[in-house]
Amino acid sequence: MTTSAFAAQGADLELVGIQKRFPGFTAIEHLDLKIPPGSFFALLGPSGCGKTTTLRLVAGLEEPTAGRILIGGEDITGKKPYQRPVNTVFQSYALFPHMTVLENVAFGLRRRRLDEPVAKAHEALRLVELDHLAARKPQQLSGGQQQRVALARAIVNRPALLLLDEPLGALDLKLRRQMQLELKTIQEEVGLTFLHVTHDQEEAMTMADTVAVMNKGRIEQMGAPEELYELPKTAFVANFLGQSNLFTGPVVGSTSEAIAVGVAGQRIVVPTARAHRHVGEVTIGIRPEKLSLHLSAPAVDPARNTMGPGRVIDVSFSGVSTQYLITVPHVGTLIVFAQNMAFGPVAEEGGEVWVSWDIEHGFGLEDEPADTPRFEADTTTRSIAAQRRASLITELEEV
Amino acid sequence: MRVSLGRWLLPVYAVLALLFLMVPIVYTFIFSFNDSQKSNITWRGFTFDKWLNVCNVQNGAVCEAFGNSLIIGASATVAATALGTMIAIAIVRYRFRFRSKVSLLLFLPMATPEVVLGAGLAAQFLSVGVPKDIVTIILAHTMFCISFVVVTVKARVASLDPALEEAGRDLYGSPGQVFLRITFPLLLPGILAAALLSFALSFDDFIITNFNSGAVTTFPKYIYISASRGIPAEANVVASAVFILALVIVVSAQVSSAARAKRLAKSG
Repeated sequence: MTTSAFAAQGADLELVGIQKRFPGFTAIEHLDLKIPPGSFFALLGPSGCGKTTTLRLVAGLEEPTAGRILIGGEDITGKKPYQRPVNTVFQSYALFPHMTVLENVAFGLRRRRLDEPVAKAHEALRLVELDHLAARKPQQLSGGQQQRVALARAIVNRPALLLLDEPLGALDLKLRRQMQLELKTIQEEVGLTFLHVTHDQEEAMTMADTVAVMNKGRIEQMGAPEELYELPKTAFVANFLGQSNLFTGPVVGSTSEAIAVGVAGQRIVVPTARAHRHVGEVTIGIRPEKLSLHLSAPAVDPARNTMGPGRVIDVSFSGVSTQYLITVPHVGTLIVFAQNMAFGPVAEEGGEVWVSWDIEHGFGLEDEPADTPRFEADTTTRSIAAQRRASLITELEEV
Repeated sequence: MRVSLGRWLLPVYAVLALLFLMVPIVYTFIFSFNDSQKSNITWRGFTFDKWLNVCNVQNGAVCEAFGNSLIIGASATVAATALGTMIAIAIVRYRFRFRSKVSLLLFLPMATPEVVLGAGLAAQFLSVGVPKDIVTIILAHTMFCISFVVVTVKARVASLDPALEEAGRDLYGSPGQVFLRITFPLLLPGILAAALLSFALSFDDFIITNFNSGAVTTFPKYIYISASRGIPAEANVVASAVFILALVIVVSAQVSSAARAKRLAKSG
């Protein structure tokens, strides 16, 4: 692909067996990835998981230790950054401070000696609604405006692939939400392939068609946001993308439709289709908002799993919903999100409660249970304080 | 009582300090109009002759010395700025063997007494067998100016976000284009400051020059030599002209930058 031609449409990106070692550490162990043309693809992961390195490899700013990078079927592994049909929106925006907004946007067009760079730059600025500020210098713009100039400077080249490196990281929450929608709209409008790198799970889920969750230089799971959320494959995904209540236990019975797992003497049923492992020790989970709270032991219902009794150790009210922390003996701490359908919380701190959930909502992980702790340690100050208080209360009651 | 003392102390001190600095300059300027004969110590009457015939005395020795100083200053500045900028970029951006040693070596010319540096260089030129002339002066000046250029430009390179150059490469700029259109313009203020500093250092250097100049006379050397038998008023003319020129440049730069800031504030 020559960089002198405008890409009419986005092209697909393929990473084959990519490995990247830096002196002293390995950023990416082994990465295979295929991004279909015209899609909005998000690489999601905590800092240091290798997502930014992946982006820099695609841009050509780093060289892979092993593996190949293909764009539109063409191998570009050995090509220099300026020979690749790829543009980047940098985390710091990296706008040229000595040029006007217009010259910043026209920079790429001028380097490729394309016709009418100024007219095309104005057109790109109109797309991000900043054409009236074309004569300003970047430092005279607000953070949100600079972000949009950086975007215009990249998309004006109509690259086969647009790379976004945490582009909304420096914006405040409100502007961030607004820019998320705007970015999504622009992507649909121009039809380019977007590869978006972020550590914000909400951002990734709102914007992307496909999300790949990265951890320690590997992709843990890839799929549509709903799929990743409702059916996580690993404990890491289950806890990085939202929160999860996870239990480990042996499979004590199975039919063609469901498996039963023994968790602290209680039978928890998970549909076979939603469980990745069907024999031996398994880890199963349920999302906090799928749990219902009961103030007395609920009637036995074959369509629901029940657990309890447990004790409420913390109640935090957040307007729309209330989060309860519940300790169940021999199981651990459960998180429950309840919508505030009535006024105020339904259970009080220290109260005895039961939880139940629809069997269809559970999921079984692919991880070896040995890999994951029996229960994800919740080390937030709040939960530690709540647990201390709960143990103190039981101690006092015993005396 | 204490209040009024505090209020007066600073202005009085400032005026005295300014006077102390200004008197020699004003003296030099006034005596450039002195109708002097052999020596320029006593006032003999006002004349424009020295300004108009500055190059006509002693077969133009004053002007020749001044010209030499300009040639040496310009050559040493260009060479030192080019080399120093390259060294500064290399030290900040790349990791190579002996990098820390290079930094230390660059600091040495600034720390070494000029007499030692001048004598050492002279001895080296002698042992290599290079005749001392204007070229040896330019070499010596380039050597000590490089250190100052590296220190000045290094600070500028360190403050330059590497993402800007990466963005340039990402936007289809070849390495040459990226340097010319992004790196160089952004380093320019630092490079200009380094060049001005180099020129100033080279122009008024006497000690190192004296060791390595042979028969060539620079302006400071000319003044030093003629001081023993009376500095001619023509030297005052050249010195005053240089001072006025520098003053004009500084003031006009200040005025234009103030105007630019005003314009920016208005449009922003």
